[in-house]
Amino acid sequence: MPLQPLLASLAGGLLIGAASLGLLALSGRVAGVSGIIGGLLPPQRGDLDWRLAYFSGLLGGGLLWNAWFGLPTAMPASRPTLIVGGLLVGFGTRLGNGCTSGHGVCGLGRGSPRSLAAVLTFMGVAFLTVFLTRHILGGAS
Amino acid sequence: MRSSLIALGCGLGFALGLGLSGMVDPNRVLAFLDLAGDWEPNLMFVLGGAVGVYALGARKVLAWPRPWDGLRFQVPTRRSLDRRLLLGAAMFGVGWGLTGLCPGPALVNLAAAAADLWIFVTAMLTGMALFSVFNRFAPAR
Repeated sequence: MPLQPLLASLAGGLLIGAASLGLLALSGRVAGVSGIIGGLLPPQRGDLDWRLAYFSGLLGGGLLWNAWFGLPTAMPASRPTLIVGGLLVGFGTRLGNGCTSGHGVCGLGRGSPRSLAAVLTFMGVAFLTVFLTRHILGGAS
Repeated sequence: MRSSLIALGCGLGFALGLGLSGMVDPNRVLAFLDLAGDWEPNLMFVLGGAVGVYALGARKVLAWPRPWDGLRFQVPTRRSLDRRLLLGAAMFGVGWGLTGLCPGPALVNLAAAAADLWIFVTAMLTGMALFSVFNRFAPAR
């Protein structure tokens, strides 16, 4: 493993942390993507603008990154798996009150025991899922 | 207006951080989650950097009387664990392990307009909306 990608990972992590901290310091909000987007389904009056603006920021950042360095287009799973996985990610992050950003970055950063439990659970289950699909059931899913 | 500009900027920074960190590539996420394969430690650097910055900053920020733009901090205060948290996190873990995609990177990747990714995001948003329906009939106590 060469050093450079790991340094990029660290720098990207620092930027993720800074942007999330910015939302807390400026607006007092938790930068949890599943919560921000899930709060639009269904939309609530008076609570729409900042959520759409955050989503626009994510998309805008994606467009810039795609223009500069390219985003991946080949997904490592079949379409049926993407549908099942998407449903689980959407329902699960709402039921569990957060995803990698809300629990992982903001929750762990605040020392929340609920977030620690959530992160240990979803990471542990994800490790297990990859182990089963790649090494027990064999091949790409 | 001001809260939307803040959200836009923070979402943009967050997305660029995801790009720089490599988290936008589900193949690299799965390489981290594949402990028994050709393991990449990338995500430890991403999460370490992000949580580190957030933890250092949040300690100071949350001691302020209020955020820069807003009356109060809207931060979860509950500390006890419950079944929903753990079950939701576990569902998310399965979906994440199957696809290598979590909500933030999935939405940033919309910018590349890849059909497979759009399928995942549609399923994810459907899962979130299904949760809203579920939550109406079985609200958390």
